Amino acid sequence: MSIENTTDVDLVSVTIDGIQVSVPKDTLVIRAAEQVGVQIPRFCDHPLLAPVGACRQCLVDVPDAGNGRGFPKPQASCTLPVAEGMVVSTQVTSPVADKAQQGIMEFLLINHPLDCPVCDKGGECPLQNQAMSNGRGESRFSADSTTAGLKRTFPKPINLSPQILLDRERCIVCQRCTRFTSEIAGDPFIEMVERGAQQQVGIAEDAPFLSYFAGNTIQICPVGALTSEDYRFRSRPFDLVSSPSVTEHDASGSAIRVDHRRGKVVRRLAGNDPEVNEEWITDKDRFAFHYAQQPDRLTYPQVRDEDGALRPASWPEAFAVAARGLHAAGASAVLMGGRHTAEDAYAYSKLARVGLGTNDIDFRARPHSAEEADFLASHVVLTGPEGGSVTYTDLERATTVVLVGFEPEDEAGVVFLRLRKASRSGTRVLAIAPFSTRGLRKMNGTLLPTVPGGEPAALESLLGHADHGLDASSVLLLGERLATVPGALSAAAALAAKSGARLAWLPRRAGDRGAVEAGCLPNLLPGGRPIADASARVDAATTWGVDALPETAGRDGDGIVAALLAGEVGGLVVSGVDPDDTADPAATRAAIEKAAFVVALELRETDVTRSADVVFPVAPATDKAGTFVNWEGRPRPFEAILSNPASLPDLRILAGIAEELHAIGAGAPLGFRTVAEARAEMADMGPWDGQRLAAPSVTATKATTTEGLVLSTWKQLIDGGTMQHGDKYLAATARPTVACVSQTVFDAVGPTVTVTGDRGSVTLPAVAVDDIVDGVVWLPANSLGRGVLADVASPGSRVTVKGGTS
Amino acid sequence: MLSTETYGELREIAARYPQPRSGLLPMLHLVQSVEGRVTPEGIQACAEILEISPAEVSGVATFYTMYKRKPVGDYHVGVCTNTLCAVMGGDLIFERLKDHLDVGNDETTEDGKITLEHIECNAACDYAPVMMVNWEFMDNMTPESAIQVTDDLRAGTAVHSTRGPKLCTWREAERVLAGFPDGLADEGPSAGPASLVGREIARERGWTAPASDSSGSTDGTADTKTEAVEQADTSRAETETVQEKGQEDK
Amino acid sequence: MADTLTPVLTDSWGSERSWTLAAYEAQGGYGALKKALAMPQDDIIAAVKDSGLRGRGGAGFPTGMKWSFIPQDNPKPKYLVVNADESEPGTCKDIPLMMATPHTLVEGVIISSFAIRAHTAFIYIRGEVLHVIRRVQAAVAEAYAAGHLGKDIHGSGYDLDVVVHAGAGAYICGEETALLEGLEGRRGQPRLRPPFPAVAGLYASPTVINNVESIASVPSIIEHGATWFASMGTEKSKGYGIFSLSGHITRPGQYEAPLGITLRELIDLAGGIRAGHELKFWTPGGSSTPLLTAEHLDVPLDFEGVGAAGSMLGTRALQIFDETTCVVRAVLRWTEFYKHESCGKCTPCREGTWWLVQTLAALERGQGSEADLELLLDQCDNILGRSFCALADGAVSPIASSIKYFRDDYLAHLTHGGCPVDPAAATVFATQGATA
Repeated sequence: MSIENTTDVDLVSVTIDGIQVSVPKDTLVIRAAEQVGVQIPRFCDHPLLAPVGACRQCLVDVPDAGNGRGFPKPQASCTLPVAEGMVVSTQVTSPVADKAQQGIMEFLLINHPLDCPVCDKGGECPLQNQAMSNGRGESRFSADSTTAGLKRTFPKPINLSPQILLDRERCIVCQRCTRFTSEIAGDPFIEMVERGAQQQVGIAEDAPFLSYFAGNTIQICPVGALTSEDYRFRSRPFDLVSSPSVTEHDASGSAIRVDHRRGKVVRRLAGNDPEVNEEWITDKDRFAFHYAQQPDRLTYPQVRDEDGALRPASWPEAFAVAARGLHAAGASAVLMGGRHTAEDAYAYSKLARVGLGTNDIDFRARPHSAEEADFLASHVVLTGPEGGSVTYTDLERATTVVLVGFEPEDEAGVVFLRLRKASRSGTRVLAIAPFSTRGLRKMNGTLLPTVPGGEPAALESLLGHADHGLDASSVLLLGERLATVPGALSAAAALAAKSGARLAWLPRRAGDRGAVEAGCLPNLLPGGRPIADASARVDAATTWGVDALPETAGRDGDGIVAALLAGEVGGLVVSGVDPDDTADPAATRAAIEKAAFVVALELRETDVTRSADVVFPVAPATDKAGTFVNWEGRPRPFEAILSNPASLPDLRILAGIAEELHAIGAGAPLGFRTVAEARAEMADMGPWDGQRLAAPSVTATKATTTEGLVLSTWKQLIDGGTMQHGDKYLAATARPTVACVSQTVFDAVGPTVTVTGDRGSVTLPAVAVDDIVDGVVWLPANSLGRGVLADVASPGSRVTVKGGTS
Repeated sequence: MLSTETYGELREIAARYPQPRSGLLPMLHLVQSVEGRVTPEGIQACAEILEISPAEVSGVATFYTMYKRKPVGDYHVGVCTNTLCAVMGGDLIFERLKDHLDVGNDETTEDGKITLEHIECNAACDYAPVMMVNWEFMDNMTPESAIQVTDDLRAGTAVHSTRGPKLCTWREAERVLAGFPDGLADEGPSAGPASLVGREIARERGWTAPASDSSGSTDGTADTKTEAVEQADTSRAETETVQEKGQEDK
Repeated sequence: MADTLTPVLTDSWGSERSWTLAAYEAQGGYGALKKALAMPQDDIIAAVKDSGLRGRGGAGFPTGMKWSFIPQDNPKPKYLVVNADESEPGTCKDIPLMMATPHTLVEGVIISSFAIRAHTAFIYIRGEVLHVIRRVQAAVAEAYAAGHLGKDIHGSGYDLDVVVHAGAGAYICGEETALLEGLEGRRGQPRLRPPFPAVAGLYASPTVINNVESIASVPSIIEHGATWFASMGTEKSKGYGIFSLSGHITRPGQYEAPLGITLRELIDLAGGIRAGHELKFWTPGGSSTPLLTAEHLDVPLDFEGVGAAGSMLGTRALQIFDETTCVVRAVLRWTEFYKHESCGKCTPCREGTWWLVQTLAALERGQGSEADLELLLDQCDNILGRSFCALADGAVSPIASSIKYFRDDYLAHLTHGGCPVDPAAATVFATQGATA
């Protein structure tokens, strides 16, 4: 909330250290002081946590409380709201306040160890810094040997979780960490235990601090009490270079800070973006970055030799071989996954159209549908905060938020945090889902019990619902999983149209939304230009300086796989696709095998690169500039942090291929080689201002069988994802891999179950969930083996559950 | 393992309150009465019933000193060593008991009968030095009488509280604290002798409260919040009172 | 002019089976309840206001005014919570009251709840007094059986439930917001104010928290009238109160008298300082109130009088120590108590008491120098008024006041190389054998 355009906010005038300032009513004195440039020392205070007044470091003198009378003793400025006419004297002007602050600092230090030289926090420590600025020069605690003070000690450190360690003697019990876990994350797995001088942060026996958001406590700890296994003793803060960036793990667009040294990322922290992630990130955002440092990282281009083996190649050779191969393969298609920057996605989109002459392109390396593509074209592309899309802030303002096919805590952790914040100030959360998840309970949400496949009917029932009626103050959050339910997105669009509720699409991956904008779909060109619209094609062709663009709608991902298998398409540019994520993993693998010529762009060696004909090493997000468009439609640009000549941004590679294609008379060059050039061209093309495609109106299908149980599945935040490779401490904080079943099923076949679908079986422990809809079993999608799609069945299909032996 | 009966009683405690979590303190007393201490299983059970985290229960269980994490003997013997009792002989009693029982503070005798602890003021200063056995008053103790009490308890000889019934076990006492009465309220006297001295003197001297129709001035005491604050002996709670004033003045 | 002692609450403590409903009713008990149920609720509040009754738990805030702060237009339920967590060192009045005549408290609870329109009341008793808890549990059960509690009490249409809640060992829960935390099943750490309990207390609902003795005084006010109550005591400290005398006096015990009585009068009634000894120092209202000495014997024991003498009336817990007591030992022990009972929430209390104990312990061992007294006083200065609640203020009271009155005693430890006083001489057993 900015102050200038909020004329309806009551302002209060206070005088701080002789300077008069007007601040909004209810502003705390500690923050009002910041407005006049006075930094009052503090520890327990945190702008995103409720005030507690525990550390007492921020004491100030208040000679006039605004009623002509002063407070007889210093006041904690972190809990004191301003009042009209209040007069405040901080340490700057008041000897009383200064002495009070020095006294508190002295108390804090008597039991604090003198281990700053070996402490992770040393150099970026609020206690260290403020002891220098607001403390006494020398301690009186142990000044005299005859009365030398005895410091409190603890055996050190203790593991609060496999990732988080606690050095209790460093802790100043400000309670920021425990307040974060209870107020923000809703995971009160750490608590203050014991009391008095022995008070400390603790966990219950056998109940470790397993929270998806645990790492935030390390960051807000004002001392070095909380550390991570990952970073502990790895570095000194002053040896690190800090660069702002954006998370590549999900569609939240969270601001992060990347700390690196000698070309290597050492740790990541939350950036502060009040509009987006506030100051929080998930543990995946924080700890999962070693994937880019794995030994299987590709570091040079490769081409398949005459003997059939891949061999190193120079960049120019690889470009040429790739171009010739694709050209020779006849019709080519592009499968490019959902993790690319908007600029790279734009390059893929353009390569397909002007280089390969096809609309056969899809970023959806997961189960998808034509209905979804239509929905993205009608309701998602070209929406953004500027144009009034649903934003994080809107979630807080909404009276009701309906989650459909979307489990925020697992699939977009920061969205979950904002929803939980909203729910604590009155927003009602409804979930169309098969059971109440931990996340839903933490939002005090209401379950609208729904079998997978039943979402369209559940959505329809909300119109004019007696208890859960929607209106313009409501928001529908639609997960990407809805693509697997025919009619669901159509029903959502219809419900929004009829009720006035707003909707937003929540993809899982950081590049999904940017790929929609870039036209990495068979029905869209960049900027939301419908391929079916001739004027839109002309518009794009003009910007690109080509005569015409392919007119026929392309094949989607499944269509491309089918066409490769049928031999209708021979060439394939593939990047960031794990066949096991796709609707039919076996078919995708077979299609890649069958393809006449495969050009793979990858970070690390995969099954796909191993069977490709040309392999290009691409730069990870740290090594290139780019933009992730988050779920709101908000562009989140970032700059390159590291420079690593061993790999290139996708768009540079694609430019090289396109230029070689052009050289052999096929297509046009991309016309850009750098991110900056791509950005300029994207801006030049701009958004489509013509007619949007109509909303899809697919009818829901009826279940054809009632045998077995319906499979519900989604990916947990921490699971077997390739971008979590190498993070063993993070992996150890994952939720247990269990099947969720009803009590009846559990009693009949638990505690270990074997779930069998048309693609195979898995055996795992089961838990009974009290409100799970009858006839549903839930599995984590990627926590076991090659994942549910490859090993068991498609989501929404029928499976059998039998007793298993582990 | 806690029995289903215990689970039922834990739920019963939670149900006494408008909000179940209010039952946590008595629930932990019940856990102690069943388990002899606050066990991880007991913490888990409370967490489950109240739908809070085990860490939250743990935080509570470790805050209050009556909750024990080590097994407590049949009899918990607490010797007041707060200043007044200490000066009046509590320190000596505690030392002698440590010697006699061969235990340190917060330790249990080898036979598992007695857990010795020095405790803070137990609101019986007019009976100093005071000892508590399973939180029953043992008034006006001497080192000798204290040793006798512990000897009797270990020997299985009945011991009566000076102002209550025959001493029950610590676990039985904890059950009463959990809100399950043991029917012993009618045991013991109305009051000990020290509680009655003022009353006795008044009787002797014919002093009474004034008759019903006596009338005093109702002036003088505060009529407004501001006056009340100024009169109240709350220099230590001035944050509160001054802020209240500030609010009232608005 | 009232008599020197005015037994009201203590009057029936010695009666046969005084704790039973039958005994209580035989003395006219629950008569005030009948009278109150027929009164407009605001008249009850007015009567308590007019009586001048000020909180008997230590702070002395006018009880009736506290009740009037309850916003009756607030749709949330209202609650009455009785603070029966009597733990202030030296204080021992509420415990015998609840043991001897628990129905006085129960009747007071019903009248008070009715006045503030509460339908649920809680009696939070410290857990360490088993027999007292038995008696209060039994009294509440009897009151239910007699129709004094429950639905439609005596046909008045008024419903009230009372829950007896046992604490679990935490001095800090005598602080009213910490008590509420305990009653909500949380760690007993004081809450931020505002909001004040009258607006958002238990379960964030309007809540009155009163001391046992305050609530137990209500039936007598209703029965005899506000002017009757106000006929006792002094101008601004009206009514009677229980004075708890303990320590080196001949007859320790409970003395119920109009506020304003002096320690000299009370010691006189109590048979004097124990034979052969003389008063050295005393606490007027528990260990959290600054120590006073023989020069304060004639201070009127009312809120104003004790305040003017540099201390506080507090809970009228008069702990009396004669010249055999080492003041340094006494103060060190109290300081250890505050360290033990500090909840840990705020820095000055948690760390300050930790340090104070070390500094005092060194002094008691005869280590350090006179400069350490200044250090000690500066530590006190850095704690007093800097902490979250009043516990730490209480912790520094005995230290600062003892240095003020007994600096030489501290210095004697330094010159003597330890405590110069034989602790055995101060024990009650020493008296028994002593001929003085």
